[in-house]
Amino acid sequence: MGKKNKIYLLAYALIIFLVPAIWKNNYHLMVLNIAALNIVVVIGLNLLMGFAGQISLGHAAFFGLGAYLSAIFTATFGFPLWPTIILAMVITGMVAYAIGIPTLKLEGHYLVMATLGFNVIIYILMIQLDGVTGGPSGFPGIPRLQVGGFVFDSDRKIYYLLWTISVGTLLLSLNLIHSRVGRAMAALSHNEIAARCAGIDTESYKVKVFVISAVLASLAGSCYAHYITFVSPGTFSFFYSIQVVTMVLIGGIGSLWGSVLGAILLTILPEILHAVKEYNVLIYGIILMVVLIFFPQGLFPVVAGIFRKRKEEARSGMELVPRKGP
Amino acid sequence: MTFGLQLFQFILSGLTTGSTYALIAIGFSLIHNATGIVNFAQGEFVMLGGMFMITFHSLLKLPMLPSFFLTVLSVAAIGLLLEFGPIRRAKSKEILILVMITVGASISIKGLSMILFGKNPMTLPPFSGETPLILFGAAIMPQSIWIFGITVSIVLALNYFLKKTTTGKAMRAVAASRRSAMLTGIPVDRMILLSFTFSGALGAVAGMIITPITTTSYDVGVILGLKGFSAAILGGYGSMPGAVIGGLLLGVFESLGAGLISSEYKDAVAFLILLTILFLKPSGIMGKGRLRRV
Amino acid sequence: MPEKGFQQNQTILETREITMRFGGLEALNALSFCIAPHQIVSVIGPNGAGKTTLLNAITGVYSPNSGEILFRGMPISGLKPFQITARGINRTFQQVQLFSNMTVLENVMVGMHPRTKSGFWDGLFHFASERREEKKIREKAETLLDSFGLLPKAYWMSAHVSIADQKRLEIARAMAGEPELLLLDEPVAGLNIRETEAMGDLIIKLKQTGQTIILVEHNMHLVMGISDWVIVLHHGAKIGEGRPEEMQKDSRVMEAYLGT
Repeated sequence: MGKKNKIYLLAYALIIFLVPAIWKNNYHLMVLNIAALNIVVVIGLNLLMGFAGQISLGHAAFFGLGAYLSAIFTATFGFPLWPTIILAMVITGMVAYAIGIPTLKLEGHYLVMATLGFNVIIYILMIQLDGVTGGPSGFPGIPRLQVGGFVFDSDRKIYYLLWTISVGTLLLSLNLIHSRVGRAMAALSHNEIAARCAGIDTESYKVKVFVISAVLASLAGSCYAHYITFVSPGTFSFFYSIQVVTMVLIGGIGSLWGSVLGAILLTILPEILHAVKEYNVLIYGIILMVVLIFFPQGLFPVVAGIFRKRKEEARSGMELVPRKGP
Repeated sequence: MTFGLQLFQFILSGLTTGSTYALIAIGFSLIHNATGIVNFAQGEFVMLGGMFMITFHSLLKLPMLPSFFLTVLSVAAIGLLLEFGPIRRAKSKEILILVMITVGASISIKGLSMILFGKNPMTLPPFSGETPLILFGAAIMPQSIWIFGITVSIVLALNYFLKKTTTGKAMRAVAASRRSAMLTGIPVDRMILLSFTFSGALGAVAGMIITPITTTSYDVGVILGLKGFSAAILGGYGSMPGAVIGGLLLGVFESLGAGLISSEYKDAVAFLILLTILFLKPSGIMGKGRLRRV
Repeated sequence: MPEKGFQQNQTILETREITMRFGGLEALNALSFCIAPHQIVSVIGPNGAGKTTLLNAITGVYSPNSGEILFRGMPISGLKPFQITARGINRTFQQVQLFSNMTVLENVMVGMHPRTKSGFWDGLFHFASERREEKKIREKAETLLDSFGLLPKAYWMSAHVSIADQKRLEIARAMAGEPELLLLDEPVAGLNIRETEAMGDLIIKLKQTGQTIILVEHNMHLVMGISDWVIVLHHGAKIGEGRPEEMQKDSRVMEAYLGT
């Protein structure tokens, strides 16, 4: 992934893991924990949007599938924790595959519409199948995350686990971007016909990336369920799908570091906006519009651009990390 | 009540809500045809239609007709502002960004509504009373007649406008090919502005006529917008008659689904239909059917 | 029909009566010809003659309405573009289609996609085999760039190099796929005289390394200068083929270019 990226990753991990030592406020740690999970979802979504050139407006459904499947299998059926999380990922992946195969063959943005419809249907199912899901009042009593015998029963303990997963996802994704597959995806997102003629099976890659993004959302959803130990349909509505797409755009589409930035910013923002009570929705909408109007490339490229000296040269064009040129 | 009569009742009620969906779908089509954007704020225009009408008529006690026109003008103005402001000022012309800007606008409008109108549901009195009329043994609310009448009038008027007036033809030209329209001297920007303004007006009307039946609140915009969008896809995105057919069909399917199967899954009907159409005939009922293999 | 001097087993590409219709327009009309290996074959004809459509048909971007295309004796019509590329046909485009979100070097590395095999898991975890392959890819790409004279600009964003360099880069990317048959669509369009000559030399050099090249061009000087064989299209049909000198004097050809 390049030396620079490795250094940034190390610095990032160091800062992340030092935070609980310095920060004592548990509520803030909880917000950061949610941010960690959002990063996982947003990275997956960015792979889809930035590298496969597709949009999904239904990722809340995959997040929700991970959460509810995890909850149901562990709490209702008593399955073991980590195999369940993996099982949920597999099931979600298969569902994504079923949606992706027909829609990604077509010219135009049919995936958007399909994922939108899918999101609403799953949401309604979460509410209506109350025998299984607990209905609108939610599903309580979900077992906590644990490794071996060690139970993660505080915000502080879980912080390390969730952020390990989050940083790990970033690491693997950075690896992927700077590999043969990553190049193929970047090519296909930029110029699909040229990519096809260069020998890339674009249909297959698009579906695979969509599945990966769904699987990551499922992982995050399962972790969420076992963290909060309670899930309810309201968390997984269409609005969350919009939120994660917004996080991708605000961070910078196609930039993984941007996804980290976007996810953290937009997870913290609503918390800050609580202070202004009923103005929160309005302000959120306005901020969203302002960033999209004036910074369509996202905020991260703005940050990176400040550091880059010679604009023509880059170690790699595909990952926007501050560079000084060769 | 015989089964046939029940069916008739469901269909009638479905056509009623379907007319609203049709108007919303037309709004989507107008903007999409002119710009390629999916206007996520469309649902909010509908919500505002109901809200403004309530403000002018119920709160400010203005008579029905002036309230009607004021509401339409106000929401049309908001549509105009949306294009003139955020959309036009956007540094990027990419469809995704513009669509997400409309999402931001939709959230902002919803947020503003929450502040101005509060969170409680509100309603309008029906335009001409509540006594149902009996038609072939089924009961129709007079409001439904208003809804049909107004919807049909609008569709006819819009059709006339698009086919027979110069401005309307110019709008269609922009929809067919922006470049060619520009080259023949058509003020494309103005046509786009017009499409947003009309969509605002259409949304307002849809909101006003349906509120007496379904009530309204600050957050109905999202689901109405989504359903109108599904209707547009069902009928064939971009096709005006398709939007009408899509809307009416959606309303009927929803009503039949709620009546015959289960009322709890009513909302899911719209999206099940959407998914089915996407998998079977993505171009919709009236769509060109050109399924280009990618 | 195969001309005198070409035998079946010496044909690398053959089209049999391929027809391509767009709406009411017939872009390719029962077009048949054979291409012998290790030649530079130019396809010429007035605008709209169907030249680019032909290239699109060969590379699978379009599927011919009727007729067959055979590559090394095996039918390829109906295959998807990436499958045809894997079999050994690669191309450039009339309007340069680079991946402008990538550097010059990365463009060539993408071109090597069909000849390499690291997948998702390899990419995620950076296994030793993947790292070895990446190193090989990088080295081969650098070597290729060097032979095209583009190595000094390897880390430039591809959109920032000159048009002449972009065209060379596109060919380099195509060559990275190790094709047997290379289709060049107007490689000198927009180039000045010096750049055109350099491109001509490059194409001859490619032929000498064993490539078969189909060249679609309007620049007659280049066509007559480097081609071994010329095929003339008009309204999607072949109106003549032969050695460049013969085609220059052919009356039908002249009529097509100068006539109504």
